Amino acid sequence: MRRAAANGVRGALTLLAFALVFTALMSLTWWMTRDIVARNEQASRVALLAQVLPAFDNDLLADAIELPPAQAAALGGGRAYPARQRGRVVAFAVETSAPDGYSGEIKLLVGVARDGRVQGVRVIAHKETPGLGDYIDAAKSAWSAQFAGKSLDNPPPGAWAVKKDGGAFDYMAGATVSPRAVVKAVKRALEQVRAHQAQWAADKEQQ
Amino acid sequence: MMDRHAAREIAANGLWRQNAGLVQILGLCPVLVISSNIVNGVSLGLATSLVMLVSGAAVAALRQFVPNELRSPIFILIIAALVTVVDLLLNAYVHGLYLVLGIFIPLITTNCIVLARAEAFASRNGVAQSALDGLTMGLGLTGVLAVLGGLRELVGHGTLLSGIDLVFGPAARGWVIHVIPADAHYQFLLAILPPGAFFGLAFLIAGKSALDRRAARRAAGSEVMAGTMNSVSR
Repeated sequence: MRRAAANGVRGALTLLAFALVFTALMSLTWWMTRDIVARNEQASRVALLAQVLPAFDNDLLADAIELPPAQAAALGGGRAYPARQRGRVVAFAVETSAPDGYSGEIKLLVGVARDGRVQGVRVIAHKETPGLGDYIDAAKSAWSAQFAGKSLDNPPPGAWAVKKDGGAFDYMAGATVSPRAVVKAVKRALEQVRAHQAQWAADKEQQ
Repeated sequence: MMDRHAAREIAANGLWRQNAGLVQILGLCPVLVISSNIVNGVSLGLATSLVMLVSGAAVAALRQFVPNELRSPIFILIIAALVTVVDLLLNAYVHGLYLVLGIFIPLITTNCIVLARAEAFASRNGVAQSALDGLTMGLGLTGVLAVLGGLRELVGHGTLLSGIDLVFGPAARGWVIHVIPADAHYQFLLAILPPGAFFGLAFLIAGKSALDRRAARRAAGSEVMAGTMNSVSR
């Protein structure tokens, strides 16, 4: 009986020793790589934002605007990133999302110049069918490039739809749900930017 | 230290005879999920090989401190810790690759081939042998992932090496091979979706069995030949 208890204690101590050693190993690695990892993550976020914005000279992440809940809900995303050149805001990148993708939410970044024209659209997360609906992703096809230069007046609001629905935007036969959702989300983002950009820019330029 | 013959034996087991994907049929979860193209398959395969190399060596080095009845939790602890370390290192130093493989690296922990080799090989053999066993088992799996990925990509999209720019940067975009011209918009969705992985794997397993059987028949045939030659000469 005493023997069994001693064995149990020895086992528990062995397990504890292994747990301590390997936790220490993980902590050490985490501590050593922490700064580089944080820098990498920031760099890749900035690189993504830069794809939908014109040239800028500010720190996008430090300047990010946390939107009030009402605007965030209307947009489907919580942040707007002002791109500035010599202090003046020249464009905004907004996070937005299309809740009505073929298989769930499609997350987007939309860059809008101050004159209301789209600078660029990037799908940043989606679960659309591989090989079918995923052409909305810039990594898979050039489909999302057609938004560049478009605004709420060009095409007119009624034509913000895929061609199948009588609109102005291309789609690929067999997969209309995904592009439909993206077109709708981009239009909504433009409307939100038009409604609020004066306020956002004023906040940022005062600083 | 191990001799050449033992090393060759271990490598042959890992790469072909006891191939993780085709013979042991272990580690199917990543095989099925990630094998939709060559680039993903090879990338995850190499990450798994790295983890298996390190975990094999670590388990073998620590095996005399591990009480027999506690080996499972301790091996899992070692493997999980090493995967975390590899995950952090990849994130820090090869960030581009990490973005591609990110969600799959933690899954290496749950890949039973890693624990299976710790249990079946590394807990009974030396450090060098176990490291080699881990590496070659991993490379064997990488080979299966590459072939299966190529097969699914080819049948599904008519391309090879798609997505290589995610690993080597935008300059590599031109390396993608379009076996079927891109503007034909060819696709066969079944091959890309998960069922395609099952079908593809079934063909590969059948193919390996056929090759093995033919090799065995040929070996038997040459023995018979040698036998008759002997009796004739006698």
